[in-house]
Amino acid sequence: MDIAVCVKRVPLVGSTFILNDDSMSIDTSRIGATLSPHEENAVEAAVRLIEAHGGSITLFSVGSAESLEQLREQLAIGADRAVLIETDGAEVDSQAAAAMLAQAINQDATSFDLILLGSESVDSGGYQTGIRISHALGLPVVTNVKGLSCEQGTATCERAVGTSREVYEVNLPAVITVLDGLNIPRYPSVPGRIKARKKPIDQVTITIPAPTSVRTSLRVPVSTSKGATNLGSGQEAAKALIDVFKQIGVMQ
Amino acid sequence: MILVYADHDRGVVDPLTFQALTFARNIDSDVHAVLIGGASTGLNPISAAAELGEYGAQVVVIADISGYADYAPLAAARVLVERLVATGATTLIAASSPRGNEVLAHVAAITDRPFTADCYRITAGEPHKIVRARWAGNLEEDVDVYSDVLIATVFPHSTQASTHPAPGIIQEITATVSERDLSVQVLKRVGAATGGVTLPEAKVIVSGGRGMGGPEGFGILEEIAGALGGAVGCTRVVTSAGWRPHSEQVGQTGTKVAPDLYLACGISGATQHLAGCKNSKTLIAINSDPDATIMSHADYIIVGDVAQILPLVLQEIHAALSVTHTS
Ligand SMILES: Cc1cc2nc3c(=O)[nH]c(=O)nc-3n(C[C@H](O)[C@H](O)[C@H](O)COP(=O)(O)OP(=O)(O)OC[C@H]3O[C@@H](n4cnc5c(N)ncnc54)[C@H](O)[C@@H]3O)c2cc1C
Ligand SMILES: Nc1ncnc2c1ncn2[C@@H]1O[C@H](COP(=O)(O)O)[C@@H](O)[C@H]1O
Repeated sequence: MDIAVCVKRVPLVGSTFILNDDSMSIDTSRIGATLSPHEENAVEAAVRLIEAHGGSITLFSVGSAESLEQLREQLAIGADRAVLIETDGAEVDSQAAAAMLAQAINQDATSFDLILLGSESVDSGGYQTGIRISHALGLPVVTNVKGLSCEQGTATCERAVGTSREVYEVNLPAVITVLDGLNIPRYPSVPGRIKARKKPIDQVTITIPAPTSVRTSLRVPVSTSKGATNLGSGQEAAKALIDVFKQIGVMQ
Repeated sequence: MILVYADHDRGVVDPLTFQALTFARNIDSDVHAVLIGGASTGLNPISAAAELGEYGAQVVVIADISGYADYAPLAAARVLVERLVATGATTLIAASSPRGNEVLAHVAAITDRPFTADCYRITAGEPHKIVRARWAGNLEEDVDVYSDVLIATVFPHSTQASTHPAPGIIQEITATVSERDLSVQVLKRVGAATGGVTLPEAKVIVSGGRGMGGPEGFGILEEIAGALGGAVGCTRVVTSAGWRPHSEQVGQTGTKVAPDLYLACGISGATQHLAGCKNSKTLIAINSDPDATIMSHADYIIVGDVAQILPLVLQEIHAALSVTHTS
């Protein structure tokens, strides 16, 4: 089976967010970059499916040339080739990114059986790219998937709701968006990294559709540091804790 | 007029919907709620409409779709698209839940409009001025959205649900959708509920991180949660290590919760974890490191080793409960 996976480069933010002086973007000069988390699970799921059924994996990304770093990393994990839809790195909203990805997937020589994405990206939290791609390509879509298997042209998907799981079945070709927890992504091996150097990455350009969402400002929300009350230590702390439980009404 | 997609799971209205109704009311008092699915979904029209009316729904549309058994996102979206046209509503709101985001993203894709998830505030206009969460709430963005009909979801727990009784007049409609629109739907459920409280509904969450030392460390958290009628939560380090199932992960890529009590044990308080628990009414942290980030976000702290403190806590809980029982 031939699988497409849409992945996005995002800043690797530690415990604090530092913004640029114009309050429009994150200062990335001193931090690294990574893939948006659910997408690592999407690539891992694709690699497992190919290991079981044979086939190919193509990565698609809309982003700056710096995204090559993330694409190489995922090629080292087991993807076969990548298509970078290159931009100047300025933010592309989810609606525009979806249109560009759909176009690139559509005009690719491979016709894909499965298109995998993250349910939402960590930076934008748009919750929509996979759904938009499914409409653009006329394919069914299952989202928020945490369990996935494919047999004979059908994908069985599980989605967590409370403590149980909903089961969906969908005929391929289909779009599926996945969540952290679907699997535990592997790390690239040394031979994987060496092979990845020779794997092809096509760099293409697609006109960015006019934006419908335009940022005017970005800020770190005022911290709600509360000046905690220290309950002490040992038995005394345990007793004080019970008093707090009673006071806030979680214990009689 | 504003339409609110009211999600329900087999007849039980998602409590986040009440936050979405409260949010919508602040934009325009003429709020109509839309419930999808007839009796086969387990929906009781009278009681559901009464509940939604309590939170300000003037009208409650109940759409019966033939062939809709439980939940089918695209079919639900088709009904909302039809309702937008039929009513001339200028705004469509839902809670930012997996289903709320999914159904509204379908509506946006079908109608080729923008979709703005995780909103804190909306000032409708041309453009719509929106304040929304980025990075799961670690950043706030002001964004101008250009659309004739605004399609948006409300960041969980950013608006407190408040009642505002309205008539909640039931308007039943029947809808037909294509077989394709029903092709993606819930076929069955597996791993039936364990009987325990689930994270989103728990009033008390006893949560553990790397500091619990290993899977066996969670036994005492289960006991404390059990005694308080709560649920166990954990960090991503814990799920990645396979100590606990991913369904218990709290945070940016886990569940976002807002219990009365969040007891964080051996958790450092990474932004990605706090994104999921910072709206808790009371946050208590137990950590051996007084400078851990979580300590400055907590209401109460205990500096110490969880392996020493937690058994004492459990002992005190048992003592307190037995006193209540015997007196
Ligand atoms: C994109 C992305 C998404 C993420 N999403 C999530 C998410 O959804 N949820 C999440 O939780 N994380 C998430 N993370 C991971 C997050 O950044 C942190 O790595 C994680 O939350 C840390 O978990 P922890 O607190 O258990 O471990 P640590 O950070 O290692 O902290 C352990 C704490 O335990 C304390 N401790 C150790 N021993 C003891 C003891 N004996 N007694 C008391 N205290 C002790 C230490 O002082 C320390 O503070 C995400 C990360 C990324 C990059
Ligand atoms: N610029 C992009 N390049 C490649 N994939 C993307 C891009 N933006 C979004 N995606 C994919 O769409 C998913 C959901 O993103 P969003 O709808 O923006 O929250 C992400 O997890 C990615 O898989």
